[in-house]
Amino acid sequence: MIFGRSERGKAPVEPVTLKILVAGGFGVGKTTMVGAVSEIKPLRTEEVLTEAGRPVDDTSGVEGKHTTTVAMDFGRITLREDLVLYLFGTPGQDRFWFLWDELSTGALGAVVLADTRRLEDCFAAVDYFERRSIPFVVGVNCFEGAARYPTEDVRQALDLDPEVPVVLCDARDRESVKEVLIGVVQHAMAYAAERRQTVTT
Amino acid sequence: MSGDGQGMSHWFDDEAGPVVRPYAMTRGRTTSAAQHRLDLIAVVVTEPHADDAGAAQTLSPEHEDIVGLCRDAPQSVAELAAELDLPIGVVRVLIGDLVADEMVHVTRPVPPAELPDESILRDVISGLRAL
Repeated sequence: MIFGRSERGKAPVEPVTLKILVAGGFGVGKTTMVGAVSEIKPLRTEEVLTEAGRPVDDTSGVEGKHTTTVAMDFGRITLREDLVLYLFGTPGQDRFWFLWDELSTGALGAVVLADTRRLEDCFAAVDYFERRSIPFVVGVNCFEGAARYPTEDVRQALDLDPEVPVVLCDARDRESVKEVLIGVVQHAMAYAAERRQTVTT
Repeated sequence: MSGDGQGMSHWFDDEAGPVVRPYAMTRGRTTSAAQHRLDLIAVVVTEPHADDAGAAQTLSPEHEDIVGLCRDAPQSVAELAAELDLPIGVVRVLIGDLVADEMVHVTRPVPPAELPDESILRDVISGLRAL
């Protein structure tokens, strides 16, 4: 009976949290990807910039737009009561790299989403993760109407290291996104193991 | 809300932006004393004694929101910011206050330099497969 009472005061489970980033150019499907697997509607934290974007952002066609939103979309996957994975979509614009630093600290790994029609859009992300030694997987989002290329061609075009996985995916498809995320974790494990080796030898 | 054509150039309700400027809630502070920088996925947990009468005297509504949200289920900093619709920076300061008052505590995620345990990563993979 005493147990019954003490149960009530039981502290809630404090989960281990991990994060994976989803990077890539503007409109490549980052938010879609986060939404495809998240158990919550992608949430969004924002900082509204009013003046900062003025000389940089080309707002022709959207003259009504006076503010630029630096938003980070994120989703959550509860794997177990005590294990939660967060997905963060990085802001598309390059000049918000200060936010990338914040996001990438402590990240397990990253997905760089690529669109074969605008491959150059993801150069910056690839560069960023390479430089900071963050394990990443390149996911080629197969848009309808875009020509399919073998992953080897994409690898060459991006000048990727041979161990970086390149996978074809569909950012709208839950199963496909799951596979990409599993790829990231596997790659992160291999990456960590390799690093341990080079440290010990 | 009331965007049905009339008065396109006027802002109503949420459109007009917050009534209180975000950093007014922190009384202008952009960092808190207890500042180890809170990671976005650091988890905030309400202390069991946070309900005690008297403890909540000096709290602002936003502080109380955080304590309330984290009571039943611990929440990450990012989730709190999204839920309260406040900038991350503001939420960090507010959480810092609450930590100083011992109303909540924060669990720190795995430090960046060391990747989480391999067994955790295996659990992540099998967890993803099972989704």
